[in-house]
Amino acid sequence: MPQVSSQLRFADHLGRWKVRWGIGRNSCMVPPGLYAIGSPGPEAPVVVTANYKVTYDLVRSSLGGRDIWLLVLETFGINVWCAAGKGSFGTGELVRRVRQTGLEKVLGHRTLLLPILGAPGVAAHEVAKETGFEVRYAALRVADLPEYLDNGMNTTPAMRELTFTLAERLALVPVEWVLSFKFALPATALLLTVGWWLNGFSAGLTGSIAFLGAIAAGTVAVTVLLPWLPGASFACKGMIAGLLWSGCWVLWAGENLSLPTLIGSVLALTTVSSFYALNFTGSTPFTSPSGVRKEMRTAFPAMASALIIAVVLWIGV
Amino acid sequence: MRKFRYLKEVATLELDEERCIGCRRCLEVCPHGVFAMRDGRARIIDRDACIECGACARNCPVSTVRVDAGVGCANALIIEWLHEKGLFRNRSCC
Repeated sequence: MPQVSSQLRFADHLGRWKVRWGIGRNSCMVPPGLYAIGSPGPEAPVVVTANYKVTYDLVRSSLGGRDIWLLVLETFGINVWCAAGKGSFGTGELVRRVRQTGLEKVLGHRTLLLPILGAPGVAAHEVAKETGFEVRYAALRVADLPEYLDNGMNTTPAMRELTFTLAERLALVPVEWVLSFKFALPATALLLTVGWWLNGFSAGLTGSIAFLGAIAAGTVAVTVLLPWLPGASFACKGMIAGLLWSGCWVLWAGENLSLPTLIGSVLALTTVSSFYALNFTGSTPFTSPSGVRKEMRTAFPAMASALIIAVVLWIGV
Repeated sequence: MRKFRYLKEVATLELDEERCIGCRRCLEVCPHGVFAMRDGRARIIDRDACIECGACARNCPVSTVRVDAGVGCANALIIEWLHEKGLFRNRSCC
């Protein structure tokens, strides 16, 4: 039985920092199976989690000084919430892992503690039918796990409610920003070259800054200012952030540009930040697929029209 | 999640209150307080807060909850759409 420490080392902290910046994010995992924290006996609780290393580290470090079984499911390095949505943190894997680890021989009780965000993938009644283990959805956040355990395994309403605080949103900023580079860097290089070729280096540079600013408005500004940007629609929030940015850009660089060029630029920049804001829906915990589909049906034709008008205005001058 | 509200009147969530056995599972798994108990049965009190994650439907032992479950992620929906059109093969996502 692998014994694991509840103390995180420097390498663990460094690893978490790296995935927050999008480095090695798709290969950040630990082997699935049953682990022991402290020296758990047959009556010790069993906490079930995903094999995304950041999740696994958070769980084990929150359980310091306790004797606990940790059952790690194979989610291919994906966090509990996303893996549950895809089904890898699911009934089938949980049943398989319970059987494979011989859990019923190790334990005197028949209770598994699951994260609430794992519930979209796991049917508690089917797990009970297949394995004889009762599934209890403990808490939503790892940070509440110690209180849950000390509390006689009672879930308070606060442990069940999702939040999306400024600190939680700020943690997402680096990865949102870095992931946008995949498209943004080649596009900026192209803008710089084309602008330089047509109107000189400073035109290329001004255009590139405008574009990078629009991406920052759609990723960083929307993430941080989410509750204060008006409207429920993300495309709309991104449009407002984009308008604010392009307004600043016009004041800074617009002096020598013609009116059609400026209008075209504002349309294009606003489209870029609106698109990135719409993309941020997947990183938030309060959007529904029906809502996102509805937004996409309205936003994409509007974005396409704005881009076509922008190109016509640019070429026409 | 009182602070953040997404689009109204889009959620596909439905609950057949008549067939509910009152096990409270849907209240336990819902991260947005969509359900409440009344007279020993679950009912929907805040459908607009539903994110269609499907936890309630999957965990209902008598299948009284129905929802078109999925992820509220534009990127995933674009990839799915491109995949359906045969324009994109790689289905991997976050």
